[in-house]
Amino acid sequence: MSLDPATVRRIAKLARIRVSDADVDALGADLNAILGWIEQLDEVDVSGVAPLTGGSQMAMRMRPDVVTDGDLQDDVLSNAPDRAGVFYAVPKVVE
Amino acid sequence: MAYSIEGRTGAWEVVIGLEVHAQVISKAKLFSGAAATFGAEANAQVSFVDAAFPGMLPVLNEECVAQAVRTGLGLNAQINLVSRFDRKNYFYADLPQGYQISQYEHPIVGKGVVEIELADGSTRQIGVTRLHLEQDAGKSLHDQHPTKSFIDLNRSGVGLMEIVSEPDLRSPEETGAYLRKLRAILRYLGTCDGNMEEGSMRADVNVSVRKAGEAYRTRCEVKNVNSVRFVMQAVEAEAARQVEVWESGGEVVQETRLFDPARGETRPMRSKEDAHDYRYFPDPDLLPLVLDADWVEQLRAALPELPDEKRARFMRDFGLSGYDASVLVAERATADFFEAVAAGQDAKLAANWVTVELFAVLNKRGLSIENSPVSAVALGQMLDLMANGTINGRIAKDVFEAMVDSGDLPAVIVERKGLRQVTDTGAIDAACAAVLSANPDKVAEYRSGKDKMFGFFVGQVMKAMAGKGNPALVNEALKKLLSA
Amino acid sequence: MILTDLTLAQARAGLRDRQFSAVELTDAFLAAIAEVNPRLNAFITVTGEAARAQAAAADAALAAGDTRALTGIPLAIKDLFCTKGVRTTAGSKILAPFVPPYESTVTANLLRDGAVFLGKVNMDEFAMGSSNMTSAFGPVTNPWTRAGDNRALVPGGSSGGSAAAVAARLALGATATDTGGSIRQPASFCGIAGIKPTYGRCSRWGVVAFASSLDHPGPLARTVEDCAILLGSMSGFDPKDSTSANLKVPDFAAACRRGVKGLRIGVPREYRMDGMAPEIEAIWQQGLAWLRAEGAEIVDVSLPHTKYGLATYYIVAPAEASSNLARYDGVRFGARTNGADLIELYENTRAEGFGAEVKRRILIGTYVLSAGYYDAYYLKAQKVRALILKDFNDVFQQVDALLTPTAPSAAFAQGEKMDDPVTMYLNDVFTVPANMAGVPGLSVPAGLDSQGLPLGLQVLGRSFDEETVFAVGAAIERAAGFTALPGIRAGG
Ligand SMILES: [Mg+2]
Ligand SMILES: [Zn+2]
Repeated sequence: MSLDPATVRRIAKLARIRVSDADVDALGADLNAILGWIEQLDEVDVSGVAPLTGGSQMAMRMRPDVVTDGDLQDDVLSNAPDRAGVFYAVPKVVE
Repeated sequence: MAYSIEGRTGAWEVVIGLEVHAQVISKAKLFSGAAATFGAEANAQVSFVDAAFPGMLPVLNEECVAQAVRTGLGLNAQINLVSRFDRKNYFYADLPQGYQISQYEHPIVGKGVVEIELADGSTRQIGVTRLHLEQDAGKSLHDQHPTKSFIDLNRSGVGLMEIVSEPDLRSPEETGAYLRKLRAILRYLGTCDGNMEEGSMRADVNVSVRKAGEAYRTRCEVKNVNSVRFVMQAVEAEAARQVEVWESGGEVVQETRLFDPARGETRPMRSKEDAHDYRYFPDPDLLPLVLDADWVEQLRAALPELPDEKRARFMRDFGLSGYDASVLVAERATADFFEAVAAGQDAKLAANWVTVELFAVLNKRGLSIENSPVSAVALGQMLDLMANGTINGRIAKDVFEAMVDSGDLPAVIVERKGLRQVTDTGAIDAACAAVLSANPDKVAEYRSGKDKMFGFFVGQVMKAMAGKGNPALVNEALKKLLSA
Repeated sequence: MILTDLTLAQARAGLRDRQFSAVELTDAFLAAIAEVNPRLNAFITVTGEAARAQAAAADAALAAGDTRALTGIPLAIKDLFCTKGVRTTAGSKILAPFVPPYESTVTANLLRDGAVFLGKVNMDEFAMGSSNMTSAFGPVTNPWTRAGDNRALVPGGSSGGSAAAVAARLALGATATDTGGSIRQPASFCGIAGIKPTYGRCSRWGVVAFASSLDHPGPLARTVEDCAILLGSMSGFDPKDSTSANLKVPDFAAACRRGVKGLRIGVPREYRMDGMAPEIEAIWQQGLAWLRAEGAEIVDVSLPHTKYGLATYYIVAPAEASSNLARYDGVRFGARTNGADLIELYENTRAEGFGAEVKRRILIGTYVLSAGYYDAYYLKAQKVRALILKDFNDVFQQVDALLTPTAPSAAFAQGEKMDDPVTMYLNDVFTVPANMAGVPGLSVPAGLDSQGLPLGLQVLGRSFDEETVFAVGAAIERAAGFTALPGIRAGG
């Protein structure tokens, strides 16, 4: 499998990273080198193997249903690049 | 008779499936300790987890899991003892993490079934595909500023149950019945308040149309419809649109649409135009959710009686008609009210008073049963007064009206207004004799065979007694005097 | 006495004996930073004033007899740990303006135990790298240089600032994180010790995420015992991290004194890679000989899927990163680059805010998770990961610990190995499998190569058996008697 320029653009769009036309080819070459190298995994026989998600072998712990957090209006807004009063602000979205 | 749309090329069947997002009733959010309640000032119920600050991690709320299990049990569904949380990746202004934690491949609840009742008295089984837990997004306000949208993350991270039906629904009526039934079950269980106006229950409606015997055609998803009525209208409008597209030689394209209630039509959703590729994968911040079978059984044992069981019991134990029973169980509060009224009474009479007299008052005043001006206890006492002969049925209506207006107990009203039924046969005989002697011509008509005149005499006697005569004794006295 | 030359354990003893005050100790390090850091670029932010205040509080606590594990000990904090009120950049332009209103669990644990924070140290952007060349705040220079060659070398990555600061004696120890080797490889390159503990031992809460299932916070310090002391404070159950293990924290420092008599030490044959430098092989054999001399039994073992660890890693880590880094969108925190609409704002913000390596990994991760490729890449990688874990489980039935080289080479020069990403990725070939399996791994300096650069050996152990890892690491440290010093250092 290898990435053509259209796929590089599509992936960049999904990842919401602007890629200039000038960069598409070089980026595609880099990504293809990595993907080509990853293809060594084709050698591994994984039939019957259950996928492993994480480093922990435990089951999920749960929290009690108690309000312990929130009420941090100033703190959650203090780093915002743009805000309007108690709201975060972004360019207008049309639905 | 099956619902269909008559097009120029013949009849079209409508195929509908619902994805209902139901907000879990819990104190805290699904993965954070911030409050999950409605109505706070913008961004006041937001933790750093909900705003997806760097390094923040989700920890699952046990009560949300219990609520999902209760709901699954209420939908007669399979509870999966091992489930998993996945990330659904997409960018949106009110989705702080850039992904929604949801359950994709391994939901907590599997297949189930909901029985719906239709107006013609028939019932249908609607399949539930799955129920999974996921986070709600925040809220974007688009109308506060000419060039900006404002973001409020209070809802971000609140627990939702997404309940997906099979494409088993075939008409707007069935769709409405399913949604109402689902809402009733959730409310009975106490797992979602079902309040569609406030957005704690939203429906995505999947609609397609086909000719009889065909495989499914392309469907469209009408997003976030927020009332039962609008869902039914959306089905109608979208099905009609699709029929028109097919019949004019076009092709329905799979897309996400919005329902505009003012225009009664659907339109494509601009913000969803992008081809979707959600890149689901297991959330590495969370571990597999493993439930203890005993814990699930404890939840099952503690479930309340649900609408279907209650309806069956009302029919069996109280002898109610299927229709009356359905009306009474539609809301748990109504059913509870009725049972309180009916305790120790003639249940059919109690059902009648609740569904006819009380509902009329509530409708007229726009009140819910929880805010009824007449308590179940008071209504029960009124039925007591009828049963023990203190008042008759005619006076009962006056008493009830006074109860509604004053809030007083029926016995107080009866005493204050002197509405006690007259059972003194002497007084009744005297009143009857007076009516007959005042109307000799009518008496003659009656005696010449005009039986209908009997009702006239009863009416005149009751009028003379201000409605308080015991109807049985009045009848008896009149018959005796007229046959004499 | 040159205060900056003390080990953490020695400094702690000196503070407790009132040989010097915590303020004197902190001032010595702040002076060292002022003098040496301009040549290393190890610190992004120095918090001198706060450090002096913390040191004064430590002196008051010591005077009152309130002596905790780290009272008055000056540390450097990797700029991936959120520190309340102190800018936390993750080495990225996109977080350059970010000031967290909260403290990570690990740094909060250190503060609870009385530590003094000198500042925030440099790192590869979002911990993605093995050279510290990807930081938006400029590369870090390794305090070591090759004999007769003063070209600047890399300190390794991603915890390169942490390792350089400790090696150059600008801090007694440092926090670090290890996602594919980012504690152990810089430790090896800088001639110091570092341990990646078991997954779940140190909370990830408040640590800027790179790849959640692989990220491990841990310490870097000049000695194995110092690492043990730091890890003891950093560790512990955290209900805010669903993957945190609810286990008692052992006395790691005591484990350093256990010795290795009777232990079975495995030598995984697959780590003997083609083209490995003879000097690496030699130091590895030397390490085994030291352990044998101390009474350990050396056993040949096999980890057959080890060689696939790195390729697996370059699917799993970018996949998780592509999702973890979606929150850097210019809306709630961090840098924003405007655009005509919201989508443009996202695309511009992320194009401007992320460096080339971070973008590469986000794109790889997006690709391997995308429709049609998930099974071939991500699902396959998860299965290989299961086989890698099984290899470790099998081998730890036979042996108590494993000994391997930490890295396939000594530190290289800034600009070397930069031609293509894969060459750079090969740095982590020995360290990545432990991240895949979650098992603990420690790097300890064992000797110098012919150019006078330090080489580390890696000890791997069973999950939650860091004690054996410390015992083996400390035995090697004693035998190696590593006393060489980097050319660039405080008091040097
Ligand atoms: Mg949906
Ligand atoms: Zn959903």
